[in-house]
Parts: sequence; structure tokens; C-alpha cells
Amino acid sequence: MASDYISRLFGTSPVRPIQEHFAQATACAMELVPFFEAVIAGDWDRAATVRERIIELEHAADELKRHLRLALPSSLMMPVNRSDVLELLSMQDAIANQAKDISGLVTGRRMQIPPSLAEPYLEFLRCSLRAVSQAEKSVGELDELFEAGFRGKEVDVVIAMTEELDRIEYESDEQQVELRSRLFQIERELPPVDVMFLYQIIEWTGELGDIAHRVGSRLHLLISK
Amino acid sequence: MELALLFILLAAGFGLFMAWGIGANDVANAMAPSVGSRAITIPQAVAIAAVFEFAGAVLAGGEVTSTIRKGIVDAGLFAGMPDLLIVGMLASLLSAAIWLLVASRFGWPVSTTHSIVGAVVGFAAMGMGVEAVHWGKVGQIVMSWVASPLLAGALSLMLFLSIQRLVLGRDDPLGAARRWCPWYIFLAGFFMTLVTLLKGIVHLGLDLGTGTAYALAAVLGLVVAQIGHVAIRRIPYDPQANRDFHFATVEKVFAVPMVVTACAMAFAHGSNDVANAVGPVAAVVAVARSGTVDAVSVVSPWLLLLGGVGIVIGLATYGHKVIATVGQGITQLTPSRGFAAGIAAAATIVLASGTGLPISTTHTLVGAVLGVGIARGIAAINMRVVSTIFISWFVTVPAGAGLAAVFFFVGRALLR
Repeated sequence: MASDYISRLFGTSPVRPIQEHFAQATACAMELVPFFEAVIAGDWDRAATVRERIIELEHAADELKRHLRLALPSSLMMPVNRSDVLELLSMQDAIANQAKDISGLVTGRRMQIPPSLAEPYLEFLRCSLRAVSQAEKSVGELDELFEAGFRGKEVDVVIAMTEELDRIEYESDEQQVELRSRLFQIERELPPVDVMFLYQIIEWTGELGDIAHRVGSRLHLLISK
Repeated sequence: MELALLFILLAAGFGLFMAWGIGANDVANAMAPSVGSRAITIPQAVAIAAVFEFAGAVLAGGEVTSTIRKGIVDAGLFAGMPDLLIVGMLASLLSAAIWLLVASRFGWPVSTTHSIVGAVVGFAAMGMGVEAVHWGKVGQIVMSWVASPLLAGALSLMLFLSIQRLVLGRDDPLGAARRWCPWYIFLAGFFMTLVTLLKGIVHLGLDLGTGTAYALAAVLGLVVAQIGHVAIRRIPYDPQANRDFHFATVEKVFAVPMVVTACAMAFAHGSNDVANAVGPVAAVVAVARSGTVDAVSVVSPWLLLLGGVGIVIGLATYGHKVIATVGQGITQLTPSRGFAAGIAAAATIVLASGTGLPISTTHTLVGAVLGVGIARGIAAINMRVVSTIFISWFVTVPAGAGLAAVFFFVGRALLR
């Protein structure tokens, strides 16, 4: 068609795909709660089923990421930096990857969480995941940000959301410190290798919150291009 | 002149064909923002386009038609051989039509305006010698091809920034939209009417004073704004749609000025592009009827009518399909953006029509879209497509010129 060059002028908007991708990655990370509940209950069959779901969701997120990258050639003129969008995307993806790695390590080593740490750990995990879902909520405002053209009231709304994200992440850091010191108090009673990996799991769980926090900072950069 | 009737019939035939092609292909681009933003349905777009293309062609198409007819070629050089001017204009129409057909087949973004201007310059410069061309006027036209996308871009940028400041960035964007949209409609109605009254209808033998023109434009602007105000008040708040996307109802409100934009774009397009079909015909008819090259007479309203009818026929037979295709491809141009880009483009085009400058509607619209893009208003613009669209006139002008020269030599040989 000779005349459809006006419609070819418009590239694919990255907004919905970014949001869908993050919804997928967040759903993936959220599965860690039922996963650890199964692990703490010692129900490895249920844990394996949840882990399957985590892997599936991680794959789906990967697929979305691949599609979106292909739809963002450098010849696009966008209201946001292309590199910021790609960076945001890979951070979102890192959250799903992190969830997969955590569940993989726990499953692979049939790790036991010491009963005295079970409840504090779940508490800490939920807090890290709250950071993830707060980040997802902030990215959920991207379509409104694009609509408002990155000016005015909507920017304030998103900034407030990322400030809340800062707060949640700080809280999760505190819990991490607390959890590590509890583990330190009982570490001599446990097999040393298990202790090593327990520290590892705590570390990785904390990183979920860190990455979510970095998603928020990247959103800041995106706004103030 | 024994061949006069034949020449007139040939010219009318070619001109109608060109007008048909404009209606079939080009109108779709003019309607693209409105259809793409889903502000109006495709049948509504076709109806609006039919009425306003026709009105634009007849009411405001005279100046540009004059330019194509006698502004580019130095008619004085043809004084002794009026039939050469006729052959040249026929050759121009034919070459532009053929070039457009070829370009359509390959999907090249080619402008009707650039084809016809290139063709007229080509037959005169190559057939009669470079001194047969009014290079000053041609220079002005070429400058306007650079200036029109820039002006449209600057206007749409300012309009969109004002929409951001007054509406989208507010605490209550919906209330702000309801409050400001009627004023945007007023602005659009006022400006379009004013330019038409001041510059366009001189050709119809009507000459209102400047004061009357301003008063009439203000009245018409207020009437349209009042209608818009009533329509906007009746748009309900939709909590369901707004939960997912807070600006859903705001965009529904902007759909109302978008209807005005559709009318303005169709009017502007008709006023500028009818000349591409009718300009050469007007030259042929004037010479064939009098037998002399007369540079004084104005373009007959009948010819503009013929052009308008041709455009509407093109729209009815084929154009509606193209509008559907083009409109469906555009999803990012929401009403708030479509309005800024569309009104900026329409204003630029009508201004050019009033000044008698034949410009490209598509290029102007692309410039306007880029303006909104610079204001961070559009999620993704394909810059590669932008550059092909702008590069196209470097190809189109020489191609139209070369073809027209060839047809001119053939026609001249046939006459002897």
C-alpha cells in the first residue's frame, strides 16, 4: 500500500510489553512464598510442583524480554532513553532469574531451614517481595507517565511510589541483618556447609529487594531523561 | 484553435484522474490522525472527508491552483505558441499521474505536490529552456517544503505543551479537559475560518473586509466550541476504564476536538491538493478557450468544483479502503496527541494554501507528529521511516521533471 507510510511512522510502544514482562517476573518471584512454605513443611513434592511453576514463569518472562528487545531498534525516537528501557527490562528479568536460582539451590541441596529461623525467614522473604510488588506497581504507572508526557502531577505520584519502595527496601535490609545475626548465634550447632548455603539464601533473598529498589531508581532516570 | 475542444477534454480527463488519485490515496493520510486515534469511525471519516475536502477545494483552493497554473512557468515566453503551453501542461499531468502509479505500486512515500511541481518545472526548463521557469517562485515553493514541516512541528510542540500544562499534568485532568477542550475547539474553528475568509474565497468573487472576517471567524469558532462544549458535557465518567488507565475518560473528552481536527485536516488537504489536479487543467482551459496566453484571468470556480468532485469520487471508490488500512495501523496517536498534531498540520496547510504555496500534506503531518514526539508525547516514532519520507522528494522532483520533459517532446512532435 502506497499510503500506509503514515502508519509505519509509529513504532511499537514499549510500555505495555514492559508492564506485562514485570507482571510475569513478579508472579514468578511471588511463587517463592508457597515454595518455602512447602520446604519448611518438608513437603518436597509440593515444593517441586511450585518450582516447576517458577521455571515456567521465568521462561515466559524471558520470552517477553526477547520480543521486546527485538521491537526496540535504535532508530526509534522515544520519550525515554532506549538504554534506560533495556536496563529496566534486564533488572525486571533479574528478579525472575533470582527466584529461579533461589528455588533451584534449595531444591538441589534439599535444604532445611532451621525451625527457629523459619518464621523470621518467611517474614524477611515477604518483605523483599513487598519491595518487588511495589516496584511493579510503580512500573504499572508507566502508561500514565507516557500519557502525561512525563510532566506534572503524574511524575509526583510515581516519585512518591518509589520513595515508598525505598522505605520497604530499608526495612528488608534491617530484617536481613537481624536474620543473619540469628543464624550466627546458632551456626555452631549446624553442619558448616549447610550454614554456608543458608547465608547464601539469605543473601539472594535480600538481593530480590535490592533489584526491586534498583528498578525504582531506573524509573527515576527514565522520568528525568 | 481547431484542437481546442480536444485539448480541454484531454485536460479535464487527466485532471479528473489526478483528482481521483488524490481522493483514493492522499486523503487517507489527512484522515489518519483522526481515524487512528479512534475518535471517529471509518464511515464517519469518509463522510467528513467528502464534505470538507470538497469545501476546501472549492472555497480555498484558488490560490494554489493559480500558482501551479501560471506561477511556475513564465507564460510570456509562450505568447507566440500557446499550444506548446497546453502540451506541456498535459505532459505534466500525465507524468505526475504515471509517477504516482509507479510509486504506489512499489510503496514509495511520494507526494502528489512534489510530482506535479517537478513535472511543470521539468517540461518548461527542459522543453523551453531554463529561462522559461520563474525560479524565484520555484525557490519560494521549495523553501516552503522545508518550512512547512518545521512550522507544523513547532505549532504541534507548543499545542502539546499547553495540553500538558493545562490538562494532563493537573491534579484533576478530567475536569481540566472538560474546561479547556471547548477553547481548543474555538481556536481551531476560528483560525481555519479566518484564513479561509481572508485568503481563500477571493477567487469566488467575495471580498469581506478584514474586520468582518475576524468577526465571522469568531462567531463560527464560538458556535463550534459551544457544540463541542455540549458534546463534552455528555461524556460520562467511566470508573471501570479509569481504574486500569487513569486518563481513559480524559482521552474520550479529547475525541471531541479530534472531530473538529478531522474536518480541519480534510478542509486543509482539499484546499492545497486540489491544485495538483486542477492547476494544469486551468492553464490548458484558459489558453485553449482564448487561443492566447493570458496571465490575468482568475481560476474558474467550475474547475475547482471539478477537482472537488474528482477527489470525492476517488474517496468513495477506493479511498475508504485506504483510510481503513492507514487508520488501523496507528494506535499511539491518542486523541490528545492526534489533536495537537492534526490541528498544527491543518493550520500550516491552510496558511500555505492562502499564500498560494503548494506543499506536501504528508510532510507537514510528519513534521507535526515529530513536534509532539519532541515534547515526549509519543511512545515510539520510527525515525527510519521519517527519513525515507523526507528523502522521497529528492527523487520525486527529478523523476516528475524528467518524465514530463519526455512527454512534452513527444507531444510537440505529434503537433507538427
